[in-house]
Amino acid sequence: MNFKNFKIDFKNKKRLIPQVLTLAFIISVIAYFSYNAQINMGNRGISFGYGFLSQEASFDITFSMIDYDGSYSYARAFLVGLLNTLLVSVIGIILCTILGVTIGIGRLSQNYLIAKAAEWYVEIFRNVPLLLQIFFWYYGALRLLPLPENAISFNDISFLTIKGWYIPKFLWTNFSIFFSSVIVSIIAIFFVFKHAKKQREEFGKHVPAGWISIAIFFIIPALTFLIGGVTLNFQYPELNQLSDTVFNFKGGISIIPELISLALALSMYTATFVAENVRAGIQGVGKGQKEAAASIGLTKGQILKLVVMPQALRIIIPPTTNQYLNLTKNSSLAAAIAYPDIVLVFAGTALMQTGRAIEIISITMGTYLFLSLTISVLMNTYNKKMAIKEK
Amino acid sequence: MMQFLKPTRDNLNTSLSIGIPLIALSFIDFLSNTFLNSNITSFLPGTLSYFFPLIIGTLGLYFVRIEFSGIRLLDNFNKNVNSSTFNAALTLLIIFILIKYTPPLLNWLFFDADFAGSSKDDCTSGGACWVFVKVWFKRFMYGMYPNPEQWRINTAFFILFTLVGAAFFVPQKFRKYIILFLLFIYPFIGIKLISGGIFGLKWIETGAWGGLSLTLIVSAFALILCFPIGMFLALGRRSELPVIRYSSIGFIEIWRGVPLITVLFMSAVMFPMFLPDGTYMDKLMRVIIAITLFEAAYMAEVIRGGLQALSRGQYDAAKSLGMGYWRMHLLVILPQALKLVIPGIANTFLALVKDTPLIFVVGLLELAGMIGLAKTNPKWLGMAIEGYVFAGLVFWVICYAMSRYSQRLEKRLSTER
Repeated sequence: MNFKNFKIDFKNKKRLIPQVLTLAFIISVIAYFSYNAQINMGNRGISFGYGFLSQEASFDITFSMIDYDGSYSYARAFLVGLLNTLLVSVIGIILCTILGVTIGIGRLSQNYLIAKAAEWYVEIFRNVPLLLQIFFWYYGALRLLPLPENAISFNDISFLTIKGWYIPKFLWTNFSIFFSSVIVSIIAIFFVFKHAKKQREEFGKHVPAGWISIAIFFIIPALTFLIGGVTLNFQYPELNQLSDTVFNFKGGISIIPELISLALALSMYTATFVAENVRAGIQGVGKGQKEAAASIGLTKGQILKLVVMPQALRIIIPPTTNQYLNLTKNSSLAAAIAYPDIVLVFAGTALMQTGRAIEIISITMGTYLFLSLTISVLMNTYNKKMAIKEK
Repeated sequence: MMQFLKPTRDNLNTSLSIGIPLIALSFIDFLSNTFLNSNITSFLPGTLSYFFPLIIGTLGLYFVRIEFSGIRLLDNFNKNVNSSTFNAALTLLIIFILIKYTPPLLNWLFFDADFAGSSKDDCTSGGACWVFVKVWFKRFMYGMYPNPEQWRINTAFFILFTLVGAAFFVPQKFRKYIILFLLFIYPFIGIKLISGGIFGLKWIETGAWGGLSLTLIVSAFALILCFPIGMFLALGRRSELPVIRYSSIGFIEIWRGVPLITVLFMSAVMFPMFLPDGTYMDKLMRVIIAITLFEAAYMAEVIRGGLQALSRGQYDAAKSLGMGYWRMHLLVILPQALKLVIPGIANTFLALVKDTPLIFVVGLLELAGMIGLAKTNPKWLGMAIEGYVFAGLVFWVICYAMSRYSQRLEKRLSTER
C-alpha cells in the first residue's frame, strides 16, 4: 500500500466528499431496506433463514434428469431446476453455434442468393422478441404435430408427436469403463498435440496430429467394447394403446415439447447474434494478411487455419461468449411455457409454497450471478492470453 | 474428352446449348413434381428421382459457367450465383425451396385467409383467420382500458407522434425546445392523460392498461430514464475515486449477471418487503423502475466502450483549456463518445423494447400477454399462430424501423474523414 497517496486522499477534500456521500447513501439505502424487511417479516411471523431448504418439497416436477418426487427436499428441487436450466442452455448453445456460424459465413458468401437469405434470416429473427418466438413454437407450430397414433416416424427409431419427441434410450453396461476410456483418450489427444507442437517448433517436423487424435478418439473407446465388457443396447419407443382412442409411447426417452420449443427459439434467436459476430470477425481480418500468407506460399487451407482463423477467433470469441451467457439467462423465459427450469421450480412453485421471497429470490439471482461471473472471469483470462502482445 | 467438355469461350455455343436445356429440364421436373403431382422421372430409383432436379440443374449450371464469355448477362449471373459447383447447388436449392414454400405461405397469409366476419365460425377457407385479430384488435391495442375512454390513449400518442414529427421538420432553433419538452414535461402530461384522476377525467388504474399501448408506455419511460442513469454509471466506473468506481462496478455487474425475469420477480414479490409496512407502490411503476435499472447497466457498458475509445488527447486538451470535470465531460467527451456508440445504444434500446413482453410475470398484459389471454378464450381456441404472427409482425416493424433509423443516424453524424 502506498502510504503517501493515502495521506493525500485524506487531505484532498474534493476527492473525499463525493466518496463519503456515496458510501453514506449506499449504506443508508441498505439499512433502510433491511430495517423495513425485518419489521415486515416480524409482522408476518417469518424469520429469515435458509433452513427451509432441507424441508420436504411435496410438489412434483414434470421433467427431471435426476431422481425426484414430492418427498425430496427443496434443495433437491433447486438442483433439478438448475440441471434443467443447464440442459436447455447447453443444447441451445450447441445449436446456435452451428446455425450462427453457418449463417455468418453465408452472409459473406459471394453467392447473392445465399447472402440475401442469410441477411433476411438475421433481420427477421433478431427483431422479434424472444418470448413471442417461444410462444410461436410452443402454442403454434408444435401444436400442429400429430397425435401419437399418427406420429411422424424416423425409420421407426424415433417419433415426433404433439406430446414430445421420443428417442431411443441407451442401455449401457459397465458405462463407467467406457466413460473413463473417453477421458483417457481426451488426455492422450492433449499430449499428442503437445508433442506435435514441440516437434514442429524445435525440429520443424510435421506430425499429423489431427488424424492421430481422431483415430485415438475412436479406437480407445471402441476397444472397451471388445475387451472391457462394455455393451450398448437401445430401447426403442413403442406405441402403446391405453384405451380405444388413447395412445401413447412407452420406453425410450421423451423430450417434452416445452424443451423442444425453448431450445429451438433460444438457438434460432441467439444464432442471429452469433452470425453477426462471426461475420464481423472474418471481415475484421485484413485483406493484407491473406495476401501476405498467400505470397509466402501457403495453401488455401493453411491460410484459413494458420492466418485467418486465429485472428478472426480473437474477434469472434469474446462477444460470442457474451451471447452464450445471454442465452443462459434468457433460458429463464422457460417459466412462460412451464418448462421446469430454476425460475419456474424455485422462484415460482417453491416461493408460492414457502412464501420466503427474500431467501428464494436471492438464491436464484445468486445462482445466475455466479454463472455469469465465473464465465466472465474465464473470458477475461482467455482475452489476456489471446491479446496481441505488442513489443 | 474432358477438354472438349470444359466450357470455355471457344465452345460457347456448344456449352450453352447443352447447359440451358439441362437447367430447363431440371426446372420442368421440379415444377411438375411440386404443382402437378406428376413425377416425370419415376423410372429412376427413389432417392435419385428425388434429387434429379438438383443434380441435373447443377450439371447444367456447370456448362453455363463460362469465364469471360463476352455476354454481359451471363457473366454477371456466373459471378453472383454460379461461381463454383457448390454455389450452383446452393443456388438451385434456395430457388427450389422458395418455389416450394412461398405459394403455400402466401395462400395461408392472404389468398386462403378470412378477413370478413365476427366469430370463429366465419373462418372456413382453411387459411389464416384474421377475423381473430380484427375482433380483438382493440384489446390488443388498449388492453382492458374501458372503451369509451380510449380516446385518451389515442390523444396522448397522437400528440407524442406529432411532436416527434415536428422535431424533424421545424428549424434547428426550435427543435431544442421541442426535444426538451418531450423529454421532461410531456411524459407527465401523457401519463396524467392516460391515468386520469384530474380535470374530471375518470381514474383508470394501471391494472387495466395493456396491449400495444402499454408496450410503448413502458418502453418510452424506461428509454428516457435508463439513458442518464447509464451515463452516470459509465462515468462512475471510470472515475478515479475508488468508492464511486467500485460501487458502480458492483451495481453494473449485479444487474448484468441476472436475467430480467428474476429482476421482475424481485420487483413483484421481494421489493414490497423492503418498503415500510402499509406503503404501496404501483405495479407498473415498480416494473418500469426494474426495467430501467436493468437496462441502465447495459447502457453503462455501451457508453463506457465509447469513453474508452476516445484518445487521451481529448481529455488533456479539455483540461488544458481549464475545464473542470463536468464541463469537460459534457462539452467535449460525452458528445464524441456517444456518437461513437450509436449502434450500441440502438441495440440496447431494441433489447429494451423486445424485453417488455416479460412484464407478464407481474400480471401486466401488453401485446403478447393480451394475445395469450385471447387465445385461451373458449370461443377462439386454436388461434395462437395468427395471434403470435400478428404480434411478431408489429414488434418486427417497430424494431426494424428503429435499427434502420440508428444506421441512418450513425451515417449522418459520422465525422470520419
